[in-house]
Amino acid sequence: MQVILAQALLGLNVGVFYAMLSLGLAVIFGLLNIINFAHGAMYMLGAFIALIGYSYLEQWFGISLQIGFWGSLIVAPLVVGLLGIIIERTMLKRLADLDHIYGLLLTFGITLILQGLFANYFNVSGTPYPGQPEVLGGVLNLGFMFFPTYRMFAIVFSLVVCFATWYVIEHTRLGSRLRAGVENPQLTQAFGLNVPLMVTLTFGFGAALAGLAGVLAAPIYSVSPLMGADLIIVVFAVVVIGGMGSIMGAILSGLALGLVEGLTKVFYPPAANTVIFFLMVLVLLFRPAGLFGKEK
Amino acid sequence: MMNKVLFAIMLVAGLVAPFLAYPVFVMDLLCFALFACAFNLLLGYAGLLSFGHAAFFGGAAYIAGHALKVWGFPPLLGILAGTGFAFLIGTVFGFLAIRRQGIYFAMVTLALAQIIYFLCLQLPFTGGENGLQGIPRGELLGFIDLGNEITMYYLVFAIFLVGFGIIYRAIHSPFGEVLQAIRENESRALSLGYDVDRFKLLAFVLSATMAGLAGSTKALVFQFASLTSAHWQTSGEVVLMTLVGGMGTVFGPVLGAITVATLTHELGSFGSWVQVILGTIFVVVVLVFRRGIIGEIHHFVEQRKAARASADND
Repeated sequence: MQVILAQALLGLNVGVFYAMLSLGLAVIFGLLNIINFAHGAMYMLGAFIALIGYSYLEQWFGISLQIGFWGSLIVAPLVVGLLGIIIERTMLKRLADLDHIYGLLLTFGITLILQGLFANYFNVSGTPYPGQPEVLGGVLNLGFMFFPTYRMFAIVFSLVVCFATWYVIEHTRLGSRLRAGVENPQLTQAFGLNVPLMVTLTFGFGAALAGLAGVLAAPIYSVSPLMGADLIIVVFAVVVIGGMGSIMGAILSGLALGLVEGLTKVFYPPAANTVIFFLMVLVLLFRPAGLFGKEK
Repeated sequence: MMNKVLFAIMLVAGLVAPFLAYPVFVMDLLCFALFACAFNLLLGYAGLLSFGHAAFFGGAAYIAGHALKVWGFPPLLGILAGTGFAFLIGTVFGFLAIRRQGIYFAMVTLALAQIIYFLCLQLPFTGGENGLQGIPRGELLGFIDLGNEITMYYLVFAIFLVGFGIIYRAIHSPFGEVLQAIRENESRALSLGYDVDRFKLLAFVLSATMAGLAGSTKALVFQFASLTSAHWQTSGEVVLMTLVGGMGTVFGPVLGAITVATLTHELGSFGSWVQVILGTIFVVVVLVFRRGIIGEIHHFVEQRKAARASADND
């Protein structure tokens, strides 16, 4: 029982990353109709910004400054979000009227570029992130078991971010405007809302979420150029399972599938890295539009 | 007319190539060219973007390799075994993937292919990260030694021509016309009474099978089935080859495969910069060069024809 609970919590830990990434994909997909393949690379970039900010600023850039974990939580999403905005403004914008596969292909190219760049300077097998704050060190006594404090923090923090995003989109004025833009861009623009700006900022926000997830992941997994690519394919399956029609659907399916993956590690370890793909097959067979799906 | 000229060029170039360049390298190009042609059948003619074709290419290589090495199959039968495997998983994947459209189709194929990748990594017979090594080339029909590079080359060239011919026939048949109708407007094809799903599935299976043929042949040439061939990056590479050469053109993928594979080969010493360069080419092609090399030539010829026709009318 102990083992199962422990693995379930660890699974939930993976699940919050799935949730954050699939949430970002869903937000971007809603407004731009693009699947951002580079989402995984942006997650990796977030982790590397944390690592470089902590360990390499002086060595590489001659800046005697160290950005700690808390600083990275702010800096990395800003940088990654800004990169997203630049990519949207300079490249994705030109593809808006074309078949949506071109957006996927473009972001695939960007993935290769980012991944290749970091693979030149960092070991593909990973570099540990040394900047985990001391407050979050050690283990937490949950009564029935002990659990690493940092992982608990990552779970709670990600959940707060996910649900805050959901709240903003579903229950605020800003969110209602965004949803109007998703529903009918022309009409929304005719009402005087700046839809192109909304699109750009949304892409930037989605990218920032990926960057933030990367920072949170850095102390848990070692930081590697390939960390995003492996993850993003699983997140694609999560998105196929959940359907991208609803924000809450993206969050919940991310959490649930992380949990399933964690539990698979207990019962049948060799299938742990494929179980989500098999679930996707089942969903395709019995509920092709996805669990929360309304197909676009 | 243009196609006939290009075919003649390809045939002559293919026949003399092993005397002008390193045969193993040219065989590698031919395998990728066939792979890209198979992929193009799906993307260029049916308008379906599969991001999982490495599963057929790489997966078939493992099965062919295992059949040749452990079961002692003769070369052609080994290739057939690999191709048959690609046909089988192509049928299953195709059946699942066509249940979703557009961008979801790409994600589904990518995720399904990842299952094959993990199988190639984890199953006991695959050699894990090292791949399946020491595949014997054997003797063709029991008496032609394939250890000779030139002999091996002409077998590979023959296989390429057969695969290319099958794909060419499929494209220039009523079946191919229907595929293009589906690509242009799926609802219209459906309302004309075509069983759209069946056509898509057939195209998918044919494409997967030919990709498997290419992968099996590659395993025989290199005597090695590598994990890289089954990796998602290979799925991306074949998309790039098709795009660079010109998707929806008969010879584009061949030219694209030669361009991209040569580039990767030449830049081999730059390590990870190869990825950066390939990624940059991807971005540039998608942004400003979507017709690809052959597509641009077609476009240029068509425009001149149109200009001449309008000049004649005046």
